[in-house]
Amino acid sequence: MSPTASILPLRFSQVGYEAGGKLLLDDISFELESGPRTVILGPNGAGKSLGLRLAHGLIEPTSGAIEWSSADPIFLRSKQAMVFERPVLLRRSAAANIDYALSIHGTPRRERETRVEAALTKTGLSALAERPARVLSAGERQRLAIARAWATEPEVLFLDEPTAALDPAATRAIETLICSIADSGTKIVMTTHDLGQARRLADEILFFSAGRLLEHTPAADFFAEPATGAAKAFLRGELTW
Amino acid sequence: MDDLLGAIQSAIRLMLTLDPDLIEIVALSFEVALLGLGLAALVGLPLGAALALFRFPGHNLAVVAMNALMGLPPVVVGLFVYLLLSRSGPLGSLGWLFTAKAMILAQFLLVLPIIAALTRQVVADLAQEYDEQLRSLGVGPARAIPTLLWDGRYQLVTTLLAGFGRAIGEVGAVLVVGGNIAHVSRVMTTAITLETSRGDLSLALALGIILLLMSLLVSAAATFASRLAATIDG
Amino acid sequence: MVIPTLARLCRAAIVTALVALSMNGERTLAGDPPFITLASTTSTENSGLLAYLTPKFREVTGIDVRVVAVGTGQALRMGRSGDADVVLVHDRASEDAFVAAGYGIERRDVMYNDFVILGPRDDPASIRETSNAPRALAKLAEGRHTFLSRGDDSGTHKAEMRLWALAEVDPRPASGTWYRETGSGMGATLNTASAMNAYTLSDRGTWLSFRNRGDLEILVEGDPPLNNPYGAILVNPERHPHVKAELGRKFVEWLVSDAGQKAIDDFRIDGQQLFFSNRNAEK
Repeated sequence: MSPTASILPLRFSQVGYEAGGKLLLDDISFELESGPRTVILGPNGAGKSLGLRLAHGLIEPTSGAIEWSSADPIFLRSKQAMVFERPVLLRRSAAANIDYALSIHGTPRRERETRVEAALTKTGLSALAERPARVLSAGERQRLAIARAWATEPEVLFLDEPTAALDPAATRAIETLICSIADSGTKIVMTTHDLGQARRLADEILFFSAGRLLEHTPAADFFAEPATGAAKAFLRGELTW
Repeated sequence: MDDLLGAIQSAIRLMLTLDPDLIEIVALSFEVALLGLGLAALVGLPLGAALALFRFPGHNLAVVAMNALMGLPPVVVGLFVYLLLSRSGPLGSLGWLFTAKAMILAQFLLVLPIIAALTRQVVADLAQEYDEQLRSLGVGPARAIPTLLWDGRYQLVTTLLAGFGRAIGEVGAVLVVGGNIAHVSRVMTTAITLETSRGDLSLALALGIILLLMSLLVSAAATFASRLAATIDG
Repeated sequence: MVIPTLARLCRAAIVTALVALSMNGERTLAGDPPFITLASTTSTENSGLLAYLTPKFREVTGIDVRVVAVGTGQALRMGRSGDADVVLVHDRASEDAFVAAGYGIERRDVMYNDFVILGPRDDPASIRETSNAPRALAKLAEGRHTFLSRGDDSGTHKAEMRLWALAEVDPRPASGTWYRETGSGMGATLNTASAMNAYTLSDRGTWLSFRNRGDLEILVEGDPPLNNPYGAILVNPERHPHVKAELGRKFVEWLVSDAGQKAIDDFRIDGQQLFFSNRNAEK
């Protein structure tokens, strides 16, 4: 398996997910190519986050299939990274958090130092390198989580509501960061319930509602003319959940 | 009442005069307890973490057994080690019986289940929070053992203190395997037992007070240090 | 900053622990003077006799004596399994059986003291009037007065059982009523007797050095059946090759030598002699 080989496209075929007798996701089918920034949009409880976890392989679908272009689970894991809504940072310095991810990733020790520095610089955290990760502010923590994910040079970066708990300034910083990462060739797949954010970041939209995928369209089309009633209501800001 | 007052007086006197016999006994007590604890931690921390992170047939049984062993009477551990180390026992040729080594071995066995069981709990709680993040990073259960032990270090200080308390305060095991030999295997608790059997209750109680103060000191220092570090670390 | 410091501290602690452990090993292997392990009874240890005798022996020979104080029964068991080099005990019958079974050799009479019957000062059983120990015990049984037995297979316990046999009373069926078996050492039993104001049998040495007397005092003493002889036996090196026969023999020889015997007679608590060397017995 060449390290430059691509794991995309990602294909969901009639994926369903059931827990506790409830069907949380039903009959989800789509395909993601490399390139466009994909935003999974929808109201709370639509199953966006669940879809992301399924894609990232943290949980298994109860029906249907999820396929990448590679079947090697270790290779797949090494080419993806995920930033959680509330990322767990290890109880060590910011730099050590990134170094840890790199060491798990199998990066040789002599390369790690430069890559840790690069990741800190990219996320604007250089001055905080030796600060314990747990005492950083919410925005800094989120940036560190992105730095940690980005440092391993993933082909696909999943982000689950990356700015849900942040103020506007911190949100802007994260969005700029996401754009810059996308520009350097990393596939972005993120969830959000924030319409403004979706408008600013999305190239294509996966619109989820009540456990179903209702629309999969280029962002411009989605915002100009949503095809479903639920999407229209969501864009109007009605509470549909 | 006289005995109680006398006990406090002689405790103060013993400490102020730095009675050399007392210093020797206190030093041996701490040496034995800390080495037993250290060895138990070397084995018990990874063992407890592994129990929290790996699932295998008989896992529940192992957890229940570990929890039950926490309540093992020290004298039973003492007897077991005694029979093991007796010249007629399987490890008799080591010549460890009635030495500090036998006491360290006994306390190692006594403290091990406490460290392992409490560590398992700490790591299991932590693992719930870390599970998805670690799996996302590609961390398997084996690699997660040192990671979670290190991240749980402040809670684990309490675990180690529990083990230390058990070791420094027990008499049943060290009396049986150490023999309470003066200048060789006499520790605070066996000295207290000896003075009690001599009917010198106030001296026995004085030794008890000193033991309490010493353990209090250790516990306070460890708790304070870990609190401080935890505050700085977040 | 803090974290690397903590990591360093942890590492330092582990290294220190391992170094200390290895030094602990050296200390007991190489650095120590030669020593023997003596299994003896609580009476000789608690009274302070052995703490008085062993430094004198070390002065002469350079040999350390490590004393493990248990009951006579357990001391002999320690000898049997090879966990002691010499035993110093006080139950002639079991001593002879020990030697006959080949576990020990060269039994020597060392010293004696005596047992005393203790009880509350007001003596509700009125045994103070009798100087006959078995008869005193019979009176206790008759009046069902609380009597504490060691019940631990020690030399004192065995002496007590012989006294009951002489009194033609079997107290064991009454165990748990007026006859109480503590299953503990002499000191613990005396603490219990003092708290319960009960009768009990003790060796004189432990009693004289015992502090927590409460209302107890000696009620019966001086009767020949209360005699309490101590014997020293070398554990048979043919059974247990690791036994330090040479060093152990030196100790036994010293105990029965003029110097050892004089030291035993010189030992006093509050001016009272607790143990009587065997040379007195022969006079």
